[in-house]
Amino acid sequence: MATLSFRNVTKTYAGNIAVIHGIDMDVADGEFIVIVGPSGCGKSTLMRMVAGLETVTEGDIVIDDKVVNTLEPAERDIAMVFQNYALYPHMSVFQNMAYGLKIRKFDKQDIKRRVDNAAEILEIGHLLDRRPGMLSGGQRQRVAMGRAIVREPKVFLFDEPLSNLDAKLRVQMRLEIQKLHRRLKTTSLYVTHDQVEAMTLAERMVVMNKGVVEQIGTPIQVFDKPASTFVASFIGSPPMNLIPVDIDANGGIMGASAIPLGIDPEQVPPILSNRKVILGMRPEHMRLHKPGIPVEIEMVEILGSEQLIHGRIGDTLIVVRCPVSLTKDHPIQVGDAFQIGSDGVHPLHWFDAETGKRIEA
Amino acid sequence: MIERRPYLDFFSHAILLIGVALVAFPLYVTFVASTQTAQEVAQAPMSLLPGGHFFQNYMSVLFGHGSNSAPVARMMWVSTVMALVIAIGKISISMLSAFAVVYFRFRFRMFFFWMIFVTLMLPVEVRIAPTYKVVADLGLLNTYAGLTLPLIASATATFLFRQFFLTIPDELIEAARIDGAGPMRFFKDILLPLSKTSIAALFVIQFIYGWNQYLWPLIITTHENMYPIVIGIQRMIAGGDSVTEWNLVMATALLAMIPPAAVVILMQKWFVKGLVDSEK
Repeated sequence: MATLSFRNVTKTYAGNIAVIHGIDMDVADGEFIVIVGPSGCGKSTLMRMVAGLETVTEGDIVIDDKVVNTLEPAERDIAMVFQNYALYPHMSVFQNMAYGLKIRKFDKQDIKRRVDNAAEILEIGHLLDRRPGMLSGGQRQRVAMGRAIVREPKVFLFDEPLSNLDAKLRVQMRLEIQKLHRRLKTTSLYVTHDQVEAMTLAERMVVMNKGVVEQIGTPIQVFDKPASTFVASFIGSPPMNLIPVDIDANGGIMGASAIPLGIDPEQVPPILSNRKVILGMRPEHMRLHKPGIPVEIEMVEILGSEQLIHGRIGDTLIVVRCPVSLTKDHPIQVGDAFQIGSDGVHPLHWFDAETGKRIEA
Repeated sequence: MIERRPYLDFFSHAILLIGVALVAFPLYVTFVASTQTAQEVAQAPMSLLPGGHFFQNYMSVLFGHGSNSAPVARMMWVSTVMALVIAIGKISISMLSAFAVVYFRFRFRMFFFWMIFVTLMLPVEVRIAPTYKVVADLGLLNTYAGLTLPLIASATATFLFRQFFLTIPDELIEAARIDGAGPMRFFKDILLPLSKTSIAALFVIQFIYGWNQYLWPLIITTHENMYPIVIGIQRMIAGGDSVTEWNLVMATALLAMIPPAAVVILMQKWFVKGLVDSEK
C-alpha cells in the first residue's frame, strides 16, 4: 500500500537523446494506472525508472514520500511482471516464486504460506513442482504474477504482460488482472500499447506520446474529452475522424478545397469564428444521410452486427460505424455520395489546427 | 535413404562393419599384446589370441615390480590430478572472466576481452620457452602447479561462455535484481545452473586435453614420480640399448585410455546436450 509520485522526471540517454521530457504525476494509494502509447513513446522507460532498472536523469520518483532515485531495485519494494515473463528456467514454479523471499531471508514456513496463498489466488497450486518450460503461456504469466504477489510489494509494475498471449487468453487474463487488483488493492502501474487493455483495466490512464504526457484521466474522460488530436486518434477503434476546417465569422464551416460542410452553425462555438481548427467526430457518433460532411464511399467493412463505412472528403478519410440493420433495405454501394452528419446527441470535438490541443467550448 | 533394397542394407552394414573393424583392430591388438610375454609379442607374426599373462602384466605395470620403470598407478594419479585441475581450473577461470566481461561495465572492458581473445593465437607450443623460464624461476618444476597453471588460462572457454551468457535474456537479470540478488548471487543461483550443460561439455573436452598433454609435461618434469602417463609411455619405449617390453607398453597404453573413455561415457548425455541444444 503506497503512493507513487513523479516530480518533473526526465530521461536523457547518452548523446543527448531525450526520451522523457518532464513528467509530473501522482498515483494514489491502491490506484491502478495504465500508461498507454505507441511504441517508442517512453512508457516502458518510465516504468523501468520506477523499477530502478534505468537511472533518472532529472527529477524525483517518490514512493511513499521517499525519493527512490538512487535505491537499488530490490530496495524499492516493488515487483515487476515482464513481457516475456522472465521466469528462471531451471527452477520449479515454487522456487521461482520463493526466490525473492529466500534472498530476503524469510523463514521457510512463511515462504511456503505465502507461495501457497498466491498459488491459490492464481489457481496454479497444481503446477508448483513443474519447470516453466513445461507450462503454457498463460500459466507462465500466472507464475510471473505469483512471483510479484508473494512479495506483497508497495507497487506492482506490469510491463506489457499480456502481449505474448493469444487474443483469447489475453481477454481472460485481463479479467483476472482486474479481479486480482480488486482483491489485493496494491498500487499498480501497467504499461501497454493496446488501448482496449488500457480502457478496460485503468482506473486512470496516462496517454503518452514522444516522451510527453498527452492526457491523464479516467478512461471515460479520455474517451469523451480527448486533450489533443493525438489522444483522439489513439483511443477509440476505429479512431476519431479528424477533419481540418475553416470557420467563417458566422460559424459556417468549410472543409478542404473550400467544400462547405452542412453542420448547423448553432453547433459551432462562437470563439472559433474566423479560425482554422480541426473538427473531431467519433465514427459511432455519426449518422448517414444527415446534413454534414459530403463524402464518397470507398469501402464498407461488415463486422457482424455493425459495419464500418469508409468515405473520403478531399484528402481526409472518414469512417462511420453503424449497425448493419440500418442499411438493410438500401445497402450502401461503393461510389455512393451522400452526407454524413453528427447524431446531434454527442457534442462535436474541436482542436487547434496548430497545436492539436483541445479547444473547450 | 528413401529406397529400401536388401543389397543396399547389406552394403551399408558392410561399410559400417569395416569402419568399426578399422578403429577397433588396433585396440584389439593392443589388448592382445598386453596379455602376452615380451617374447611372444616380439615374435613375427604376433599371435592374435590373448595370452595368459593379463594379471601378471597389469600388476607389474601398475605397481612397478619386476620392471625398471616407475609404477603406472602413480603416473595415472599424476595424470588424473593434472587433467582434473586443468579442466576445473579452465572452466572456473573462464566462466568468471566471461561473467565479468558480459555483465560488468568497467573501464577497458572490450580491451580486456580482446586481450583474452588475442591469446587464442598463442598456443602452448609458441610460448613454451618463455613459459618454461617463468615456471622454472618460480621454482615450479616437478610440481603439480607447474604442470597445470600455465595450461589453465583459456581464451576458447572464455569466449564460449561469453557467447552463452549473451544469449541469456536481460529480463532474467532484471528479474533477479528486483528479487534482490546481487551479482555473485545471480552468478551462483542463475548463471551457474543454466550453464550446466556447457560446463559438462567443456569438462569432457578439457579433461581429455589435460590428460593428453605431452609437450609441456615433457619439459617441465624431470622426476619419475611426477611423470604423467603419456610421458611414462614415451619413457618406456625410448629405452636406448635396453629391450622395450612391448607387452608392458601396451598394458600402460590401455590403462591410459581408460579414464578419458570413462569420462566421455559417463558424461556423454550431458556432453551431447551441451553441444547440441541451448536449453532454455
